[in-house]
Amino acid sequence: MSFAIIAVFTIAGAIAALTLRNLVHCVLALVLTFSGLAGLYLQLGAQFVGFAQILIYVGAVAILIVFAILLTRTHEPLAGLAVSPGWITSVLVAAAVFGILAWAIRSSAMSILPISPHPEISVRQIGDALMSQFVLPLEVIGLLLTAALVGAVTIAMREERREK
Amino acid sequence: MTAPVNYLLVSAVIFAIGLAGALVRRNAILVLIGIELMLNAANLNFIAFWRYSPNPEALTGVMFALFSIGVAAAEAAVGLALIITVYRHFHTTDLDRIDSMRG
Repeated sequence: MSFAIIAVFTIAGAIAALTLRNLVHCVLALVLTFSGLAGLYLQLGAQFVGFAQILIYVGAVAILIVFAILLTRTHEPLAGLAVSPGWITSVLVAAAVFGILAWAIRSSAMSILPISPHPEISVRQIGDALMSQFVLPLEVIGLLLTAALVGAVTIAMREERREK
Repeated sequence: MTAPVNYLLVSAVIFAIGLAGALVRRNAILVLIGIELMLNAANLNFIAFWRYSPNPEALTGVMFALFSIGVAAAEAAVGLALIITVYRHFHTTDLDRIDSMRG
């Protein structure tokens, strides 16, 4: 039952995030989707990923998108439609992708999988694994994030420097 | 108790919505939001497969989802920085009006 409620909120948020005209409303709907996904992670027993989702997506990415929207706000309203001319084709492509995915899921072995009991995973186990088995990917992702942040600042700063 | 198929179907719906949004909308920021939705749908799949895998103690699904969240955060930061730079140059985020390479 709780799964159905969370799923409905998540999907409704996703639809609203991409159909509303006001960009700030879109981000608020996106936050609803991210929170719903965090709820689904918690339901699946992945507490750490659920809280990481709230921290990173609801906390950081949504705020970043709001900043970008406010920094790029045009005074003139968007001329004409908010969608591209060939939008019917795009929607048909997306519907076809969903149809193929749904068909593949329905006919896969997942649909006859027995429901297993919840795996008991503590944050301590995740931390141990991150510091032993997955230490190299952890370092690489740290390097990637540093490079991405330096790159993002460099890209966004370039114009300012040239003006001096 | 929810069957694993339901999580996969929700994930497929979110992926399709994100794809439609990324293809349909003309605003660059909304295209980025569509891409974020697709990444999140993939993460939901990772967690669902981990939860119903024969040995979840291996933690591989959780780790993959965590690293994927990290990569998505880096992608969002760089993507938004690019959008802000493009906006400074063209004074619009309308993708149909950003049509020249040298401005």
